[in-house]
Amino acid sequence: MKYFAALLDALIVTPSRNGKLRLVRDWLAATPDPDRGWGLAALTGDLDLRSVKPALLRTLVADRVDAELFRLSYDYVGDLAETIALIWEGDRAEDMPLAEVVATLSKAGKVDAPAIMTDLLDRFDSPSRYALIKLATGGLRAGLSARLARTALADFGQVQLAEIEELWHGLTPPYLSLFAWLDGQGPKPVAAGFAPFRPVMLSTPVTEGELAALPPADFAAEWKWDGIRVQAVAEGGTRRLYSRTGDDISGAFPDVVDAMDFSGALDGELLVRADGIVAPFGSLQQRLNRKTVSKALLRDYPAIVRVYDVLVWQGEDLRGLPFCDRRGRLEDIVATLDDARFDLSPLVDFTTWDDIAAHRAAPPDAVIEGLMLKRRDSSYVAGRPRGPWFKWKRDPFIIDAVLMYAQRGHGKRSSFYSDYTFGVWAEDGSLAPVGKAYFGFTDEELKQIDKFVRDNTVDRFGPVRSVRANRDHGLVFEVAFEGLNPSTRHKSGVAMRFPRISRLRWDKPPSEADTLASLRLLLP
Amino acid sequence: MIVPPLLPRPEGLYCPAGDFFVDPVRPVARALVTHGHGDHARAGNEAVLATRQTLEIMAIRYGADFAKTHQAVGAEWVKIGEVRVRFVPAGHILGSAQIVIETGGTRVVAGGDFKRGSDPTCADFEVVPCDIFISEATFGLPVFRHPDPRTEIARLVTSVAANPDRTHLVGAYALGKAQRVIRLLRDAGYDAPIHLHGALIPLCDYYASQGIALGELVPATHAGPKADFAGQIVLGPPATFGTPWARRFPDPVICFASGWMAVRQRIRQRGVELPLVISDHCDWPELIQTIADVRAEEIWVTHGREEALVRWCELQGQKARPLHLVGYEDEAE
Repeated sequence: MKYFAALLDALIVTPSRNGKLRLVRDWLAATPDPDRGWGLAALTGDLDLRSVKPALLRTLVADRVDAELFRLSYDYVGDLAETIALIWEGDRAEDMPLAEVVATLSKAGKVDAPAIMTDLLDRFDSPSRYALIKLATGGLRAGLSARLARTALADFGQVQLAEIEELWHGLTPPYLSLFAWLDGQGPKPVAAGFAPFRPVMLSTPVTEGELAALPPADFAAEWKWDGIRVQAVAEGGTRRLYSRTGDDISGAFPDVVDAMDFSGALDGELLVRADGIVAPFGSLQQRLNRKTVSKALLRDYPAIVRVYDVLVWQGEDLRGLPFCDRRGRLEDIVATLDDARFDLSPLVDFTTWDDIAAHRAAPPDAVIEGLMLKRRDSSYVAGRPRGPWFKWKRDPFIIDAVLMYAQRGHGKRSSFYSDYTFGVWAEDGSLAPVGKAYFGFTDEELKQIDKFVRDNTVDRFGPVRSVRANRDHGLVFEVAFEGLNPSTRHKSGVAMRFPRISRLRWDKPPSEADTLASLRLLLP
Repeated sequence: MIVPPLLPRPEGLYCPAGDFFVDPVRPVARALVTHGHGDHARAGNEAVLATRQTLEIMAIRYGADFAKTHQAVGAEWVKIGEVRVRFVPAGHILGSAQIVIETGGTRVVAGGDFKRGSDPTCADFEVVPCDIFISEATFGLPVFRHPDPRTEIARLVTSVAANPDRTHLVGAYALGKAQRVIRLLRDAGYDAPIHLHGALIPLCDYYASQGIALGELVPATHAGPKADFAGQIVLGPPATFGTPWARRFPDPVICFASGWMAVRQRIRQRGVELPLVISDHCDWPELIQTIADVRAEEIWVTHGREEALVRWCELQGQKARPLHLVGYEDEAE
């Protein structure tokens, strides 16, 4: 437990992806079975103990600490688990195998959970108490995605991430067979029978010039819809909806899962469609990142899968077939599915690349963000091979905005003001912040912006500087973004998707930057 | 006590019988200064009484003319009007003192900033039983239990060895914390040269002149290739990590030596990669131990988490009140 607690604390303070990967990899290498499997499950979010509710923790701590002193402490620390870990008196600092902690917590019922928790809190030191509370209440918040944890596992075992992902959802903690395989002590576990995730095939961007060198007749074209990529798998009585990274998102989409009365694995775009009209991404966002979903959400934001490929059907693996053959099978398959939840991604007619360019310039639906071009002879392969699948996205939206605030970066960029909030002119003549961006510029440009920020600071709030920005003086950014959503969280009423700095306009006076009114015209 | 021996005023804590202030935040005619930190020792007072080392530190920080007159005071009584005072060690930083004030049969001890753990860079805190003890409360919440600073320094030494390509950039307050971190490193057997931001050099030199061995210290002003700083320890005031100065170091590991580093949220806010919980203030157990040790009739609590310490006193049946003085900062914030 101590070593796991130390891993959690190290992950919290390590900003870089590679640093986190190294920490998890080293931890897996140094920790024996079954503890490493339980720890890994905790990191990937596959350990669902939830035996302890925050209310119980508050009761336990109230028995030990004066309520007023606890309140003052909690106000200051801001996190319940951390406050309790720090305030709880007990310096026995015992260690305990993680497996034993997990076993103890999973046995805990409503009646004995208080006594079990108290006993463990008494036995541990503060970092272990923190880890214990995070394990018991669910949600480690260690700044590590499930996918990154699996990437560390693949690094540790010297295998491809795709191999891990394909196996993952068929396995349960503490993953003894998986580790045996990765250690070279056993066979590769078999994935079938559990509706496993199949690693997805990804596309690479392409430009008009690059397309000119390719024969149009070799390709099929489809619209690129602005939803999220999903894989719907129903096999052997198990149904799962996966994100493109292999995370199981079934819980948030019971409407789709209920309609998955087939046997196979389909690849498509998850969208919200109401009254036959595909809703903008903002509507889909209402449904994402939820464990459960309310009736109202199901009614107001009904989800569908716009299917564009079939990987497995009725036990037959179709991934080796060429695209055109899979497509033929797919059209027959989709015709048998519940059309309230599944529809077919239509092919786009074209003869020349100019036709494609024209389609791209004038898509028939606002929720289209470009075109997909797929070689007719391409089999379905995991990863991002260059050549078989291309995406040709529509041009990003571009506006000119004025730098308003700059915040210091982290890690390597901690001595630079590298995160920028920018604004456009509101009706009352003031600047309204409309977005934040922290990339899109070169290291050299970063230095120049940093200098501008330092030379033009008008106010400071902790790590944030307010920068001189009026009609005659300020720095104009050309900002590129993928779309605009209405937002109640932002004062400007709009939220940008994927904003980045596309150009520095040192030459442009701030008075010529865009207005909020012109930005609002881009709302869907 | 009908006439209070000391009372809070906007300038600071005032002693009517002696007509002086303790650690005034604005210039006054006569100031008694507990220690050299900027929020306690300010320039511009007419007369200053402090320990010899605090006066010397003030001269380094503010110039020799930091006050019109000054007088070094130690453990021997000094009379000021109707009052007599003496300065005894507070264990906070070099020269830091508690001020013992006796007036009309009442003994007040103004603790200033203090800590109880042993520290080779300053004299240990001395318990002075009194009627009124004025306690700081910087870490006055039961969540603060500082670990042994030697285990914290051991983590720094281990990290330096494990990251030979990176510079360890250790944020430490220029007076007290920096010298303590250096001395802890030396006591842990780290004998390589330690690089210093320019702001730290005069005070490190002063500590060395007072017989506190800090080993070889070099200015971090070298203009050669970045790689020269790989595997090295560099100390600087935390605020300098956000300046172009910090860019000369390869892939720095940002470290911060402070009692606040016990709280993960603070660690995250500051973008610290290696937090070192090393404090020059009492933690919660030391604060309540001190309250028990001085056996005072009344505890006055000032700067920091006043309410929590006062609450604790109430729970013990110990008379206590918050002073609500303004102008004092949290440690290295």
